Amino acid sequence: MLEVRDLSMRFGGLLAVDQVSLDVGEREIVSIIGPNGAGKTTVFNCISGFYRPTGGKITFKGRPIQGKPDYKISRMGMVRTFQHVRLFSKMTVVENLLVAQHRHLNTNLFSGLVKTPDYRKREEKSLERAAYWLERVGLMEMANRDAGNLAYGQQRRLEIARCMVTEPNVLMLDEPAAGLNPNETRELNELIVSLKEDYCVSVLLIEHDMSLVMGISDRINVINQGRPLASGTPEEIRSNDDVIKAYLGEE
Amino acid sequence: MHDVMYFLQQLINGLTVGSAYALIAIGYTMVYGIIGMINFAHGEIYMIGAYVSLIVITGLAVTSPAWIPLVLLVALICAIIVSSSMGWAVERIAYRPVRGQHRLIPLISAIGMSIFLQNYVHLAQGSRNIGFPLLIEGGISLGGGEDGTFQANLSYMQLTIFIVTLICMTGLSLFISRSKTGRACRAVSQDLKMSSLLGIDTNRIITATFVIGASLAAVAGLLLGMYYGSIDPLFGFIAGLKAFTAAVLGGIGSIPGAMLGGLVLGVAESFTSGYLSSEYKDVVSFGLLILILLFRPTGLLGKPEVEKI
Repeated sequence: MLEVRDLSMRFGGLLAVDQVSLDVGEREIVSIIGPNGAGKTTVFNCISGFYRPTGGKITFKGRPIQGKPDYKISRMGMVRTFQHVRLFSKMTVVENLLVAQHRHLNTNLFSGLVKTPDYRKREEKSLERAAYWLERVGLMEMANRDAGNLAYGQQRRLEIARCMVTEPNVLMLDEPAAGLNPNETRELNELIVSLKEDYCVSVLLIEHDMSLVMGISDRINVINQGRPLASGTPEEIRSNDDVIKAYLGEE
Repeated sequence: MHDVMYFLQQLINGLTVGSAYALIAIGYTMVYGIIGMINFAHGEIYMIGAYVSLIVITGLAVTSPAWIPLVLLVALICAIIVSSSMGWAVERIAYRPVRGQHRLIPLISAIGMSIFLQNYVHLAQGSRNIGFPLLIEGGISLGGGEDGTFQANLSYMQLTIFIVTLICMTGLSLFISRSKTGRACRAVSQDLKMSSLLGIDTNRIITATFVIGASLAAVAGLLLGMYYGSIDPLFGFIAGLKAFTAAVLGGIGSIPGAMLGGLVLGVAESFTSGYLSSEYKDVVSFGLLILILLFRPTGLLGKPEVEKI
């Protein structure tokens, strides 16, 4: 599904990402972990089109996407979240989900003005989809509240729902568990696994905390100071000496 | 009785001009809400709206009063079409090519657009004042007038300005809160990058705000042009400044703020000319701007940004 080969990103004299490669297959949860400042988010920004990478190749669904603008990449079916919650906080919860389907409504001014039957049908469908995902993430009762008034954990779940209504193939989550309590984190992990199992979505996950991703990842990529350090299954990573060194320091 | 009627008259005059200011101010505030920049060519778009409607009205040369509503409607539609294409052009020429550059650059290019439009109208229409026929005559007496006391009037022209403004505001509010494009407008004004990531065509939304703002300015151009009775190529400059003041007064970026700001400014001006001297009316409105910027920079309805540390 997604292939990244020898990705490099240089900011002036600083090589923030150096030859990172990773693969995300269909229905897979792949994690990127590493210490603070390792370049995880930079990798994300390159893949999602926020930065134009200075080297390497990114292929999504068999098509090269490096250097493409972010909205084109998201339209191809790869959407992302950010470390900080970025909801439309002054809009209601359900509006957040409807506006994300703006493109699916794909109407011209005319059909919007006279509300053609076709337009109505699509509008109903997007409302149905929004309702489905609200139910799924347990925010149905909050549908008409302003998104900014939700509790932090709810905002996180709403963000994922907002990505899901766009019907992506790959979901990129940047530290989705940051700031959540252990209970909420467990719920979130269950949700992520269910996205893969029930909705055939591949997930690319950044996590700071290693213990969190061990349970749910199919494969893990460790990067340290911009360089790939190790990659493999959770078991392989757990017993990898380099990884232990990077996290715990040299003896 | 004299005082009450005089007060009432000033209030009506103020609300009339104020609601037209509000129509123009919405254009400033919407564009600011979405791209965080002031459209300095907006006053000129309003002026062009007034010119186009005058040209249509003189061109149709209708004398029979029965046809007047139709003439006004045609003039309004033509003004909206021309002004909104101007709004579109300003965005395409002065804003889009330099978007993402330093903030001063679109500012300068918009001022360039404004100078260009002003001088174009100078050349095409001459720099003299042109009389604008008052097609809606007559009015209602609200009382007073006996024994030489002051008589308050609500002219039909003023009534038209109220009603048209009310229709425009209601229409805009419904559009913003209910329609799909309005929803997208709100999303883009809150987080442009995120909206684009979610697949909203942000360029189209930005163009739409320029076009909507320009249409409302065209409506104001027709109404105020007729109310004042004459227009000239500099007609847009001072009205643009006033409407900008109104937008800042109400809280720039907020549509209800622009409506409120326009009314407050109109009433303040009218009371100044009524009780003090009309020479002081600009002093008061720009003095109000300075006070707001000093003591409540986010405006009457703007919420202060709380920065979390």
